[in-house]
Amino acid sequence: MKPGSIAIVGAAETTELGVIPHMSQIQLHADCAWNALRDTGLKAADIDGLACAGEMPTNVAHYLGIVPKWVDGTAVGGCSFMLHVRHAAAAISAGLCKTVLITHGESGRSRIGAIPRTIVPASLHGQFEAPYGILGPPTMFTIPVLRYLKTYGNTQEQLAMVAVVQREWAAKNPRAMMRDPITVDDVLNSKMIAYPFRLLMCCLVTDGGGALILTSADRAKDFPQKPVFILGTGESVETPMISQMADFTSSRAFRVAGKQALDSAGIRHADVDHLMIYDAFAHLPLYGLEDLGFVGRGEAAAFIAERNTAPGGKLPLNTNGGGLSYTHTGMYGMFALQETVRQVRGTAAAQVKGVQVAVCHGVGGMFGASGTIVMGDRQP
Amino acid sequence: MTERPLPAITPETRHFWEGARSGELRLQRCAPCRHVYFPPRPFCPQCGSPDVTVFRASGRATLYSYVIHHRPAPGFMPPYSIAVVQLEEGPRMMTNIVDTPQTPEGLQLDMALEVVFERISEDISLPLFRPAGRAA
Repeated sequence: MKPGSIAIVGAAETTELGVIPHMSQIQLHADCAWNALRDTGLKAADIDGLACAGEMPTNVAHYLGIVPKWVDGTAVGGCSFMLHVRHAAAAISAGLCKTVLITHGESGRSRIGAIPRTIVPASLHGQFEAPYGILGPPTMFTIPVLRYLKTYGNTQEQLAMVAVVQREWAAKNPRAMMRDPITVDDVLNSKMIAYPFRLLMCCLVTDGGGALILTSADRAKDFPQKPVFILGTGESVETPMISQMADFTSSRAFRVAGKQALDSAGIRHADVDHLMIYDAFAHLPLYGLEDLGFVGRGEAAAFIAERNTAPGGKLPLNTNGGGLSYTHTGMYGMFALQETVRQVRGTAAAQVKGVQVAVCHGVGGMFGASGTIVMGDRQP
Repeated sequence: MTERPLPAITPETRHFWEGARSGELRLQRCAPCRHVYFPPRPFCPQCGSPDVTVFRASGRATLYSYVIHHRPAPGFMPPYSIAVVQLEEGPRMMTNIVDTPQTPEGLQLDMALEVVFERISEDISLPLFRPAGRAA
């Protein structure tokens, strides 16, 4: 895939975000899909490729009245949408379809029409992790961090600082759910969830969705919005069991996906004007900054504390407020992609000046999967 | 209090659960490449060889990482640890650390641990870990 040969020509979130008890999960897919179609001026009949996670593509295609010639139901957790972007770009390049709609909708908070979360007792996770009192991501995704902190001599105060800085970004964003400024003390005095993680180090739980529309770059000029070009992509998976993650201080899936994306875009770290790193919990930006090579091993906490990623810093990170403060439906990756598109278009609430190259990095499962997308405002 | 979720034994994991029921922690070793691994599979995840054997592990481990969960979960009273231990033979596994205060002070990374089995059903005894060198 040639860098810049595919473009995002439509992008939108659900009309409302946060608490939406009057919409079922499938309707959240539809709401953002119609908004994204409106963004492009296209009709559902113009869509010939469909990708989604959470709901099966069958459900979304039927609900919207789409007749796809290409579908992708890759579901590897919250970064599934990064993988969809990658797969869609490849499919368009290969001539399998022309115009792809990617949808995310999740009633994560209100649980209206939500798909029940189940553990298969005969799976390896069901046999060798589930019996030990796990209860969702706060009890699994979090387990590696004490090893990380000890390895690099980092502190819980530094972990808390991740949430503090992201709240500064959220304060600039009217759509962010949590906007009041917080201090390190506020974070460290918030309710203990799973030591060392306190409430303000954990993501929100919300309802919402987002949709993207991709097509070939040569058609992009026909659409009303400024096109956002796909420069590079990467993806990988490691393990469905947090206990079997090879290195608790670094994600192999992050390293593989991140390197593929940056290499295929042909960019260096210094070229990156804007960065999103999926933050289901406060430690994820630390792993992401290091595993993508923006800083050395063990340097991320100091990098954030020194305000490099804060408003006015040299590497603006999670500028919508992130999963910690903006929104987190369960599979947040779509919202990281939406913010990246807005920043490259120049339409974000907390707009960074002159974003030409942006990197959007997602995680799925509990460090189980990863997808990275490099976007740019022009073809190379 | 609801009981903890029970594992459902599969053909590939039966040796592990039979071992646990008789008080043995069983791992697998690859004959060609000597890789010791967990969770159970009838082939080596490092080299792909099906020439693997089951053996009894020492039961010695160190505390690799953990959280202390502060919310109730089926079969558990908070606070309780959810830990990953580093087995002496190399693999890591999830477990609970018992017989020590469920506090950061009682749960020091790299502390020496030993396996202890808790029978939770007729078929299932779960490997848990406690600080090493204490009388049972």
